[in-house]
Amino acid sequence: MAKLKPSKGAPYARILGVGGYRPTRVVPNEVILEKIDSSDEWIRSRSGIETRHWASDEETVAAMSIEASGKAVADAGISVEQIGGVIVSTVSHFKQTPAVATEIADRLGTRKAAAFDISAGCAGFGYGLTLAKGMVVEGSAEYVLVIGVERLSDLTDLEDRATAFLFGDGAGAVVVGPAQEPAIGPTVWGSEGDKSETIKQTVPWTDYRSGEVAKFPAITQEGQAVFRWAVFEMAKVAQQALDAAGITADELDVFIPHQANERIIDSMVKTLKLPGHVTVARDVRTTGNTSAASIPLAMERLLATGEAKSGDTALVIGFGAGLVYAATVVTLP
Amino acid sequence: MAATQEEIVAGLADIVNEIAGIPVEDVQLDKSFTDDLDVDSLSMVEVVVAAEERFDVKIPDEDVKNLKTVGDATDYILKHQG
Repeated sequence: MAKLKPSKGAPYARILGVGGYRPTRVVPNEVILEKIDSSDEWIRSRSGIETRHWASDEETVAAMSIEASGKAVADAGISVEQIGGVIVSTVSHFKQTPAVATEIADRLGTRKAAAFDISAGCAGFGYGLTLAKGMVVEGSAEYVLVIGVERLSDLTDLEDRATAFLFGDGAGAVVVGPAQEPAIGPTVWGSEGDKSETIKQTVPWTDYRSGEVAKFPAITQEGQAVFRWAVFEMAKVAQQALDAAGITADELDVFIPHQANERIIDSMVKTLKLPGHVTVARDVRTTGNTSAASIPLAMERLLATGEAKSGDTALVIGFGAGLVYAATVVTLP
Repeated sequence: MAATQEEIVAGLADIVNEIAGIPVEDVQLDKSFTDDLDVDSLSMVEVVVAAEERFDVKIPDEDVKNLKTVGDATDYILKHQG
């Protein structure tokens, strides 16, 4: 039997840089209220959301990703040519094939980096981060871009008063690269396909194409069931991620949960009994729920505003359609 | 030991007070969680989860929507408690 050379990677991986892109158009609740019978007060009290961003025709999934990635690469202090892998998590890129990651890798100017899309809903960032860490440590890429990007406005039923106000558009990206110390903890992740009906696309594309349904597909969810799972089950997962990283909540500086809804965030903080000194991301207020993009976007904003700083220890947890989830502890770039 | 109706109402009153800040004396059998006690659909989930823990009962998502009043919740817990 021929003897194979082992692959050679870095001892550990870390997030080296983060970047975000929010579409130019800011959409206040008043615009949402043109199509549903609700109120600004009701939307804020149920979700914390005041405004969200909606992408224009020019702000495509690729265009937003490239903007966010450029910032992440600059923040990491590397050159684009050093990127060996591009992982894009999205559920709202409307061209099934080829993967949008390849276009992004090319337009960014990488040297034929490995590029692929993943579908893991609102847990997509954590899934991508876990894959990127594996690639860096295993040695198949020195630097990997992980991009979460969504144009959820395209998948929003503006006449559904339970979800019309929730979703937003945007892209968040991080560069994952080699490290001498652990800076991305073990991931606690999984799926619960038995709950796939809880958050889903209303109908398959084929039903729309055949004319079986007249309304363009949208994302729908069972609010109370999602809330219970997100708060109480995900708090357990978040605790497991802390335990897996070998730290206590007292040692945590920042908590960046998926920005689904501020009520979920509030209840998670309470259920996890996070100490008062922990900075909690609340980017949902002005960005809405941007699914896979929400964690890197929130991370970028916390660092930009100075609410969090480089070297802080952050717990990140994503959860959503699948149902799927992924939680880990990271050192902020 | 199974809780009595009185104990369940008192327990629910504590929970609603903790979650929605409603005075315990306002939590009566005939009160609607949403209309009288300012417990919206998401807070209701928190009330349900707290009640599950306190009274050793399982209240699945599909049953939550039927619990309109404190009386509905009390009856449900009386019937299903462990």
